[in-house]
Amino acid sequence: MRPLSLYLHLPFCVRKCRYCDFLSHPAPEEEIRAYVRTLCAEAEQQGMKYGGRTVDTVFFGGGTPSLLSGELFGEIMQRIFRCFKVEPGAEITMECNPGTLTYENITRCRQEGVNRLSIGAQSFLDKELLLLGRIHRAIDIEESFALARSVGFRNISLDLMSALPGQTTEDFLYSVRKAIDLSPEHLSVYSLITEEGTELGDAYLDGSYVEKGWSALPDEDTERAMVHETARCLKEAGYEQYEISNYAKPGFSSRHNTGYWTGHDYLGLGIGAASKIGNTRFSNPSDTATYQRMIVGQQAEEARDVQLLSKKEEMEEFCFLGLRMTEGISTAVFERTFGAPFEEVYGEVLAKHLQTGLLAKEGDNVFLTERGLDLANRVMADFLLD
Amino acid sequence: MTQNNDFQSHIRNFCIVAHIDHGKSTLADRLIEKTGLLTEREMQSQVLDNMDLERERGITIKSQAVRLIYHAKDGQEYMFNLIDTPGHVDFNYEVSRSLAACDGAILVVDATQGIQAQTLANVYLALEHDLDVFPVINKIDLQSARPEEVKTEIEDVIGIEAADAPLISAKNGLGIEDVLEEIVTKIPAPKGDAKAPLKALIFDSLYDSYKGVIVFCRLFDGTIRRGSKVTMMASGAQAEVVEVGYFGPGQFLPCDELTAGMVGYFTASIKNIQDARVGDTVTETERPCAEALPGYKKAQPMVYCGIYPADTQKYPDLKDALEKLQLNDASLFYEPETSLALGFGFRCGFLGLLHMEVILERLEREYDLDLIATAPGVIYKVYKTDGTMIELTNPSNLPDVSQIEHMEEPIVNAEIMVTTEYIGGIMQLCQERRGRYLGTDYIEQTRAVLKYELPLNEIIYDFFDALKSRSRGYASFDYDLKGYETSKLVRMDILVNKEAVDALSFIVHADGAYDRGRRMCEKLKDEIPRQLFEVPIQAAVGGRVIARETVRAVRKDVLAKCYGGDISRKKKLLEKQKEGKKRMQMVGNVEIPKEAFMNVLKLDSGDN
Repeated sequence: MRPLSLYLHLPFCVRKCRYCDFLSHPAPEEEIRAYVRTLCAEAEQQGMKYGGRTVDTVFFGGGTPSLLSGELFGEIMQRIFRCFKVEPGAEITMECNPGTLTYENITRCRQEGVNRLSIGAQSFLDKELLLLGRIHRAIDIEESFALARSVGFRNISLDLMSALPGQTTEDFLYSVRKAIDLSPEHLSVYSLITEEGTELGDAYLDGSYVEKGWSALPDEDTERAMVHETARCLKEAGYEQYEISNYAKPGFSSRHNTGYWTGHDYLGLGIGAASKIGNTRFSNPSDTATYQRMIVGQQAEEARDVQLLSKKEEMEEFCFLGLRMTEGISTAVFERTFGAPFEEVYGEVLAKHLQTGLLAKEGDNVFLTERGLDLANRVMADFLLD
Repeated sequence: MTQNNDFQSHIRNFCIVAHIDHGKSTLADRLIEKTGLLTEREMQSQVLDNMDLERERGITIKSQAVRLIYHAKDGQEYMFNLIDTPGHVDFNYEVSRSLAACDGAILVVDATQGIQAQTLANVYLALEHDLDVFPVINKIDLQSARPEEVKTEIEDVIGIEAADAPLISAKNGLGIEDVLEEIVTKIPAPKGDAKAPLKALIFDSLYDSYKGVIVFCRLFDGTIRRGSKVTMMASGAQAEVVEVGYFGPGQFLPCDELTAGMVGYFTASIKNIQDARVGDTVTETERPCAEALPGYKKAQPMVYCGIYPADTQKYPDLKDALEKLQLNDASLFYEPETSLALGFGFRCGFLGLLHMEVILERLEREYDLDLIATAPGVIYKVYKTDGTMIELTNPSNLPDVSQIEHMEEPIVNAEIMVTTEYIGGIMQLCQERRGRYLGTDYIEQTRAVLKYELPLNEIIYDFFDALKSRSRGYASFDYDLKGYETSKLVRMDILVNKEAVDALSFIVHADGAYDRGRRMCEKLKDEIPRQLFEVPIQAAVGGRVIARETVRAVRKDVLAKCYGGDISRKKKLLEKQKEGKKRMQMVGNVEIPKEAFMNVLKLDSGDN
């Protein structure tokens, strides 16, 4: 049986950031406690079903999982280890925010088995952090990072965010260099996406950012310059880009995230958490009350949004997810998985984009070229079958 | 005989004429409702507007007829045949053929707007057909209603008696009784001899796949019943009548016979619509009438455009759909053509722009086709140096300049009715459109009719919209073809990525070429999404480039955000992108959105 990844969603934060459209909100201690109880109950229920499978990665996402008290966190970890066969050497990641890390909770996490931290640094410029509505300042990143190292974390990732209002290429490269100075094993570089329904997103979508005194968003050329310069700087510093937004020192790619792009099975626990088991995708209700009713009432099967993937959909996902990886997709694996030659299904698309120069092929591997990475959506959309 | 005469004297054949939006269809609904044909509950708003499109747009496109029975205050029972007519200038042709089936007309005038351009046009049409016209003033429930002024206007401008005109609100059902009584007293009964040889006018027809052509006719003399052997006098076609009947609301009701003065339909297993053309006279084969009715001239298409299936595989479907539509709309013209950019399609001729839009919408909706329409144009007369003349409907077919002696374009007489405050703006618009000012008539102190000669090609696309926006909706407009005049015309070619796109070529007056070319390029630049490479857009006249814009290459199209294991949003985004691609037409190696072919000509929207 193939190994399984676990994702646990902890939808709590100190304060909602202005750009955030993830499931997360500030909550009192009792609410967090109640949620953790439900989460553990879900782990129990799903463990009965999938507990036989080896778990090779665990990921705590949010929200701000580092907000949890050591005691509550320990409760979850112990439950996970009891209900699932977490293999020795499994990658266990926790997302955390600078400013929420204390010696106590980080030590506890380490003791409970977390061996990788993903720190939401976002920027090393205070004016940018302020604008984003983050609770931390640049100095907190350095402190948190040092703290994490001091308690023994040897695998740390930093998140950075480009294309911020008023941001110049120089501004962004400053943050990139500051990040490199800390020498994390892994870096994720995302662009700010202005999502409807977020304070920042709405302001830029309806134009009211001007009244708020916020600067304009960088134009497309500036945004691309940031990304390209970043890739260059990180390469020089010994990081390899292994995915559209992710860079790592050799051997430190995120095994959990790589799983998402390569068809690995994963089980999501907590509100809104998405799962993929074989050819089935399902996700939990995104509303806490419904989620709690579902777990307590043991009515998971009815409450979850389940989608059975057709072979066609599986082939599409194989391609458009796989192409996010710089090594791309293997035509040999495709053929082995689906019993149909890649050329037969996607020959035309491949030929088209070899010609446009957005795709390249080396041996069995089909991957996005440098320009292809900038225009990935155009290529991926072509991989959707009629 | 007396019995027949008595019966005939209780028939009233009439139509309702009005400017668009003055409440014609609503009044028709009320008349149907009040005569008890349908209860209020059964009434679907605007019964006579059958097509979804008609209801949605609030316009009448096809003529419709319905028979009503009215118990008048004189204690007698009357049979009304109401023939609803379209109100838009494009469909004057339909109006005119419906009028020929009537003996009188109700003129509806909006109490707030008074007489408008098409009020006049339609009244004149009715008077030309010798119809007795009586006015009703509608929308008197509105605050801004000014019925007395409108009455005076009707008397002064049209010259018909309006002092006793019923004041009504068709919407609220006010005054409908008065209208019904006026129909009895003001509209003459038909004349004609039921025993004389059959003489009936075909005023419309419909194709039914089971019954064949359903012929709508008005009997002037004679009788028609099942088994009658009839001849269509112009086409010479003969047939045996299978069914006769009259028009219920939205349905056909068979009956035993139709006699002189009546309006109804018959079927005779006629498979070819050309055999029973609108305007033809139906008579008995054995006992033909002495001479045919005057009929009316065939509608001439004024506006042409190319229609192509977005998916080239759908060409046969499009052909089939056009054939079917033409069965019910004889004014639609089409012939096959080929475009380098768009493949196989049809050059189609329409009565006007609204007609074109309606046909396009019907093709897309009723036949589920995805279409690309090219810029509409008119018929140009190209006189060649060899002495021959060609009628040009497709700019691509324009001969080489060296072979052209001169060209002529159609000119219309236009009347624009407008409140005086907007005269300046409207005159400027007409001037921009190469109008020749003929004069101004004042209807009253604050309203005037501007008279212009305008080239048809200047008004076919966005003139209505421009007129509305420059008069805040207060201007109304009517036109008819005056004739052809010599004009300095050139073909403008549009090059996308250095390749001429034939479907974007159009004919333009030489003086306006530079300006039009520049604006076309600007417009196209906005219409064409960024491609993987830089795309130059050029406008050229006779091989000389006169304007250029560039669509820059796309730099970024990637989702750099972490959605974790939830891939649904990412997939939705890709699906949307793929859908968007379907709206694109590949021209050379450039993707051009299908709407662009039409949109590029909308020069007056927003940028003026």
